[in-house]
Amino acid sequence: MNMSRRQRLQLVRGGIYALTIAALALLIISVDWGALGGALFKWDVVKKQFPDILTSALRNTIIFTIFGFIGGLSLGLLLAIMRLSKSRPYRWFAATYIEILRGVPLLVTLLILGFGIPIATGWSWPNPYLQGAVPLALVAGAYIAETVRAGIDAVPRGQMEAARSLGMSYTRAMVTVIIPQAFRIIVPPLTNEFVLLIKDTSLISVLGVTERTLDLARFGRNGVNDSANATPLVVAGLVYLALTIPLTQLAAWMERRSKVGRR
Amino acid sequence: MSEPLVELRQLHKSFGDNHVLRGIDLSVAKGEVLCIIGPSGSGKSTLLRCVNLLEQPTGGQVFVAGVELTHRDCDIDKARRATGMVFQQFNLFSHLSVRDNVTISLRKVLKMKCAEANARADILLDRVGLGDKASAYPAQLSGGQQQRVAIARALAMEPSVMLFDEATSALDPELVGDVLGVMRELAEEGMTMLVVTHEMGFARNVADRVIFMDGGVIVEEGNPSQVINEPREERTKKFLANVLEN
Repeated sequence: MNMSRRQRLQLVRGGIYALTIAALALLIISVDWGALGGALFKWDVVKKQFPDILTSALRNTIIFTIFGFIGGLSLGLLLAIMRLSKSRPYRWFAATYIEILRGVPLLVTLLILGFGIPIATGWSWPNPYLQGAVPLALVAGAYIAETVRAGIDAVPRGQMEAARSLGMSYTRAMVTVIIPQAFRIIVPPLTNEFVLLIKDTSLISVLGVTERTLDLARFGRNGVNDSANATPLVVAGLVYLALTIPLTQLAAWMERRSKVGRR
Repeated sequence: MSEPLVELRQLHKSFGDNHVLRGIDLSVAKGEVLCIIGPSGSGKSTLLRCVNLLEQPTGGQVFVAGVELTHRDCDIDKARRATGMVFQQFNLFSHLSVRDNVTISLRKVLKMKCAEANARADILLDRVGLGDKASAYPAQLSGGQQQRVAIARALAMEPSVMLFDEATSALDPELVGDVLGVMRELAEEGMTMLVVTHEMGFARNVADRVIFMDGGVIVEEGNPSQVINEPREERTKKFLANVLEN
């Protein structure tokens, strides 16, 4: 009991390591790897996923993501400017919109807009892509609005004053001076929004999209039904990773660079 | 004397309960260099920022070049072109090169052609001694260089009066001289200038008139040698004693 604090810590840490290794070893011995591999990564099922998983499912996921992002970015910019406006009704509208669409799960919003509205009004979505992408963009807009607002807030106040002192109107100063600087600040968080959006497109399949608009997640699920094997879902997961990992790495790199960079 | 270029009448400004300017009357003639001195919190920066309405006065009138900026129907964006402002923190646009900092208002406000705007920028940058830095970015420059770019940027709009808000207070001591040198040349060329400063040497040698502010009022004004060397008011004496001691 004459151990120093440091020695005791080392002992505890050693114990934790030993236990973890033992648990892992037990897991490795007890699992039937052949059966598991057969159920999760069966090679001939993997081969059957291609090329459709890329030419159709991946393509649809990208279409939904890009539409959702461009729509969300435009809407987010508009909402952020309204949120910072001097006019109270604008601020109030933007704040309410953002609160509601961030507060309701995307799944519920998708169902309300994708099914609820058509049932209630008799109106139907002209295009199955829009049925999924529009709700996605409306929700993304609410999240992106907060990111953009934070970016605009992070631009020093003196920039607006300098621009106004040169005779620029508020709008002109916003467009030529404030927003370009805000975007530099928010490129990393915006990239993360993009990654979230890629994953959120998987929820669109609850709308029972047509054969033509199958996204990666639904493609995987259909594959499971066809092959009575979980492999298609694993392949779909890997394709998602192939999209998201480069992007998160890019965001991290940009964040590091902006810290040592010009400002 | 002809009509003053800048005129303030019974100017008041409050921030909530804080009454920062308490009825300022001031006129500045064309070509005059006016230095405004006083302790911090005396309202001198607020006064300057009311001249181009970066601060909206709570009472009184502001006239610049014959236009009443405080009038309800005044197009403030247009009226501000008559004034150029230089800030303590430079406030250069960090996403633009030095040249673009100078030309942006020409291109976006006056809709000037790029080539013409660049030509004017190059002349101005030469004038402040930074002709070779046109394609650098603000963060690559020293504070003194940045402030000289800021002066060139303000001059680009060909203002009839220049406002300097503690333009050298954020600079390292060895960089102050370059900026003051540019300001002195500007004064010698006949530019009308309102200069809020702690540089007593500049006030004494360059100003045509000095005003001392404290507590939101003009306590004392006169020619520089009189105000700085032989102040009449107790508050002025005390302030100068503190400043000149250091």
